[in-house]
Amino acid sequence: MLSQLPALQVVIPLIAAPLCVILRNKEISCLVSQAVSIVSFLISLILLQQVLNQNVISYALGGWLAPIGIEYRLDILNTFILVIVSGISSIVTIYSKKSIEHEIDSEKIYLFYTGYLLMFSGLLGMSITGDAFNVFVFIEISSLSSYAMIAMGKDRRAVSASFTYLVMGTVGATFFLIGVGLMYAMTGTLNMADLAERLPKVYETKAILVSFAFISIGILLKLALFPLHLWLPNAYTYAPSVVSAFLSATATKVAIYLLIRFGYTVFGSDFVFIKYPTAEILASLAIVAIIVCSLVAIFQTNIKRLLAFSSLAQVGYIILGISLNNLNGLTAAIVHIFNHAISKGALFLAMGCIALVIGSVKIKDMEGLGKKMPFTAFAIVIGGLSLIGVPLTAGFISKWYIILGALDKGWWVLAILLLLTSLLALVYVWRIIEAMYFRSSENVYKINEAPISMLIPMYVLVIMTIYFGIETSFSAGLASEAAKFLIGT
Amino acid sequence: MDINFLIILTIIIPLAGVPLILLSRNSPNLREFITILTASILFLTNLLLTINTLGLSESKTFVIVNFFPGGSIQLTPEPLGLIFGLIASGLWIVTSIYSIGYMRGKNEKNQTRFYCFFALAIAATMGVAYAGNLITLFIFYEALSLSTYPLVTHHQSESAKQGGRTYLGVLLTTSVVFFLFGIIWIWSITGTTEFVSGGILENEINPYLTGILILLFIFGIGKAGVMPFHRWLPAAMVAPTPVSALLHAVAVVKAGVFSVLKITVYTFGVENLSSNGASEFAMYLAAITIVAASIIALKQNNIKKMLAYSTVSQLSYIVLAAMIVSSNSIIGSTLHIASHAFGKITLFFCAGAIYVASGKTEISQLKGIGKAMPLTMAAFLIGSLSIIGLPPTGGFISKWYILLGAIQQEEFIILLVLIISTLLSVAYLLPVIYLSFFLTPDSKIDHGEAPTAILIALGISVTLTILLFLYPTPIFQIAKFIGN
Repeated sequence: MLSQLPALQVVIPLIAAPLCVILRNKEISCLVSQAVSIVSFLISLILLQQVLNQNVISYALGGWLAPIGIEYRLDILNTFILVIVSGISSIVTIYSKKSIEHEIDSEKIYLFYTGYLLMFSGLLGMSITGDAFNVFVFIEISSLSSYAMIAMGKDRRAVSASFTYLVMGTVGATFFLIGVGLMYAMTGTLNMADLAERLPKVYETKAILVSFAFISIGILLKLALFPLHLWLPNAYTYAPSVVSAFLSATATKVAIYLLIRFGYTVFGSDFVFIKYPTAEILASLAIVAIIVCSLVAIFQTNIKRLLAFSSLAQVGYIILGISLNNLNGLTAAIVHIFNHAISKGALFLAMGCIALVIGSVKIKDMEGLGKKMPFTAFAIVIGGLSLIGVPLTAGFISKWYIILGALDKGWWVLAILLLLTSLLALVYVWRIIEAMYFRSSENVYKINEAPISMLIPMYVLVIMTIYFGIETSFSAGLASEAAKFLIGT
Repeated sequence: MDINFLIILTIIIPLAGVPLILLSRNSPNLREFITILTASILFLTNLLLTINTLGLSESKTFVIVNFFPGGSIQLTPEPLGLIFGLIASGLWIVTSIYSIGYMRGKNEKNQTRFYCFFALAIAATMGVAYAGNLITLFIFYEALSLSTYPLVTHHQSESAKQGGRTYLGVLLTTSVVFFLFGIIWIWSITGTTEFVSGGILENEINPYLTGILILLFIFGIGKAGVMPFHRWLPAAMVAPTPVSALLHAVAVVKAGVFSVLKITVYTFGVENLSSNGASEFAMYLAAITIVAASIIALKQNNIKKMLAYSTVSQLSYIVLAAMIVSSNSIIGSTLHIASHAFGKITLFFCAGAIYVASGKTEISQLKGIGKAMPLTMAAFLIGSLSIIGLPPTGGFISKWYILLGAIQQEEFIILLVLIISTLLSVAYLLPVIYLSFFLTPDSKIDHGEAPTAILIALGISVTLTILLFLYPTPIFQIAKFIGN
């Protein structure tokens, strides 16, 4: 049983999805999603335990050994990602019931959960698989279901947002597939471990360079690095709150994982960072992303949109960490995947509470919220402080490591620039805080705090944001283990 | 009692005060009683801690939590921190008494919030005082900025919000960009941020880079108010006077100069700096601030604004003394933290007393007010003498040591700066006394002295100012530990 866990990790949600369609009941499908998420979370924790003991787990799907069959290959990095994805999913599904009932037509709710489970299993599959083509399959599973879920948003603009995402997401996935095809043509294998062995022999060929370009651009589209980010703000803004929270905390993060995996494991850092100036290209794009998207975030009036742009900037920090190609930089990137997932997750869940109670997420409608919805408002404060990187929140840890990474690399100016950009985050977070606490609302109607079933999951993330800002042996500890494993020291 | 227990108590006590204050919000008398009780217990704890620590031969460190591999939040009682802790907690008692008179006299709103955040700010100040490494210092430093923001914007008016933005903007920007950068830099060179007597940077980094590092800290610690990052201090004067008094004469600004002093002594190391002369530039920067801020203070008509600029100038005395890096100047610097705290809090108390009793805020309105408020204006005189540095006040002693230090290091330009600034402070402070006692009022004065609570607080702060002159020995003894 224990040895079958890697398969179960993906298969359980995949099977549960059609189950929801068969049952056609919104209550039960919600329960099923919650149960599946929690079971997946437990599985991922057991896997993490196993990986910590034996470093790498290789699992041959259906008993077909690689290179013929599909190999699931777990190391610290992707097991950590599995824990993040399934953990966030557990919290989000528990939270989702009231919010979904409010935002989605009652007869479509079971379909929502079907899509949700498909997307969930797609993301888990992308993380767990050790087969390059299999990655593409799971990308498609998760993407197709996420298009559907975004389109379920209440606002009619959700449909066009979803369509934009569909077009760009398909381009990304196709690019990825072209790249994988070229690799296969050159090496005759799709297994990542084999690829890593065989690619150095063909490093010099143009085909591999082209393949690398296609794969990385495909992934960058999925993770929405500036200037390939155009699909993201609308998608996050108009999607149902639960979807925004889940996507921002996990979907882009899994794509980032793929970038690390292909950059450091498959192609190898020698090829990516030494042979070609990938680091410089990625770093410059990341810096532009951080500055431009933070600036744009400052001028948003819709808070979900503001958070979407903030996510783009935070993705920039992660990419920057990856491009530093040293231990501290990579640790920063991996730990920020985790830290950003919990803080941004908490923020989007808070937006869901606000959307439920006052029916709007415009900044002007949030005036005086500090008194009316004290718990939700406080959650936003903590999440916001973490985005800025204030000490004692998770965000500070990421900031610390990335600046160390920049200093290790000798990029002094970058280190200062990073500190300066965190001030941009301060400005956009402060706008929300000021509206909530220091402006009183003109509306005198009475509103209540969000229901407790939503507050508790949200506060799990809020408490984690603080906890992992103080005690970091789990988050930063695992991240630096994973980074060491990747860099090979 | 165990030192570890005592040192964590200094942070827990004010924090524990917060829920109690909240619970008693419906009964103002009980609420204020709790505030004063908390403050008194805190002061006693600090006193006990001081007595217990000074008997020890080596310092003890209490690690609260290991942050990430190699970094931790830890508290260490050492002489400099003890002095600061004693001053801040002692003056919290006095200010609480004063606040009662002021907040009730002006019928301020949201008094419970006021007392809560005040307690929070004190907790952060204690953390700054006993921080055992740079990371801890930074964390509590930021906590202090954030917890005082609601105090600065207490009135919630447009000007309060404007002032609050400047306040937080300058303090956070400087700390995040320069201070944090300096800390991470030091970490990346030495792999530690701990405060060790003698410093951790000797032979680690060349004098030029040391000079840059010092500048990062001087500018990064915006609370020290060295120009050009002093703007937040006058902006924060929109706060109610008790806030200005405690936070902007004691806790916040002193947390700034205290941090500079602490980093000079325990990170850079006195011997290291005096041998390589890396602090020269920072020293002149402080000298410029002293003179420039005094000149600006001369031009102010608003009492609190004038006091704010005077504070900017006086803070740079402490920075200057730290940057002179001689044993005498370090002692002078430490003493000046105390003497300026007592002197300036007296002056702020007076400004508030005048405002409560008469509603006047401008210096030009003060003609003849000495007849109506003789006690307040007498206190103003004593406070002024201390700021100028004349006997019989504590300011005389601290300035004496700073001058000694300057002579010891043969910094004659600095000597000149100190003399000029003394004259300037005479010029901006004494006219107030002259106006209030020797001129006749423009219109009839129909008010008397300020409320009793305010006068009690004034009495205590004046006594402290004079006591520091008569019996400087205790603080002097502790300060000597640092100079060595």
